[in-house]
Amino acid sequence: MNQWKNFSKGFFKENAVFTLLLGMCPTLGVTSSAINGLGMGLATTFVLVMANLVISLIKDFIPEKVRIPAFIVVIATFVTIVEMLMQAYTPALYESLGLFIPLIVVNCIVLGRAEAFASKNSVGASIVDGLGMGLGFAMALTMLGSVRELLGSGKLFNVSIYPEDYGMLVFVLAPGAFIALGYMIAIIDKMKKA
Amino acid sequence: MEYVIIIVSAIFVNNVVLSQFLGICPFLGVSKKLSTGIGMTGAVTFVMIVATLVTWLVQKLILEPFNVTFLQTISFILIIAALVQLVEIVLKKVSPPLYQALGVFLPLITTNCAILGVAILTIQKDFNLIESVVFAAATAVGFGLALVLFAGIREQLDLADVPKGMKGTPIALVVAGLLALAFMGFANLV
Repeated sequence: MNQWKNFSKGFFKENAVFTLLLGMCPTLGVTSSAINGLGMGLATTFVLVMANLVISLIKDFIPEKVRIPAFIVVIATFVTIVEMLMQAYTPALYESLGLFIPLIVVNCIVLGRAEAFASKNSVGASIVDGLGMGLGFAMALTMLGSVRELLGSGKLFNVSIYPEDYGMLVFVLAPGAFIALGYMIAIIDKMKKA
Repeated sequence: MEYVIIIVSAIFVNNVVLSQFLGICPFLGVSKKLSTGIGMTGAVTFVMIVATLVTWLVQKLILEPFNVTFLQTISFILIIAALVQLVEIVLKKVSPPLYQALGVFLPLITTNCAILGVAILTIQKDFNLIESVVFAAATAVGFGLALVLFAGIREQLDLADVPKGMKGTPIALVVAGLLALAFMGFANLV
């Protein structure tokens, strides 16, 4: 039961994007379509889970003073692995996410979970926490990507819902990212209070 | 002429915050007041120029000759983290007033994705050393411009009658969206 709570908090109560407002750059930058959002979310989830796993294993050996640089090295290692894997197996996604893949290193969620959770908890709990937080992030990105893709180009996961001519192009472009996220946060805030 | 194109493109056309989505966290975080916005801009400008200079040299003199470019992400982020610490120590010693002004913002800069983003972008765009520094400086000016404009609007927003559900972050994001819309007017300028 406790583990379930640990896992599920990332989706709603402590959702990284909608509640904590962490990881805003990839959230806004890659969500021009649902599939990009999902890809970015899953890549971040992988880095989160692996970084949490390794950091919770080595936490007793890291001197207190150099823990942040040590965490960054661990995180950067897994980001490099993800980058190489995506380049090899999903070249199209790799192209469209571009600069934001190496930038997973500076995603505050990853370092935040390492510092706030993995450096204090057991291996099992850290993996569950990373998985919950990462999938919650992926869910938020997919939702935002779906809204923007649907409003902007009339498609959802590349399946046409209504003719593209009626789409509002601005939602696929930069301003639409800010506006769509602003309204989504307002709606989710309202749901949380209800 | 080449430099003019780089500068105009980095400040207006491809504004780092409003069209590239880099450095959103400080953009939303420290934009509640104009004065903190200006302080943050100063710190970012300083670190961005130095970081781009150092990472460019490391890429060309170490990573490429030894054929280990896959270490780019790891080495760049470590350089930036170390550099921020160094800048903090040096500033404290050399110029206490400047440290007073920028000090609180420096630790936040390590996780500012604009710094790492610009360092990687200069390599991707294949700039030479001078172009890289010009690009970094212009990007920092673009960041400052967006941040100062946004902070100015947010100060006025406190007095406006905002619907209850939209107060705080949501309305700030919508305002940022409108600002991005305005910056789209610069598209095709260069």
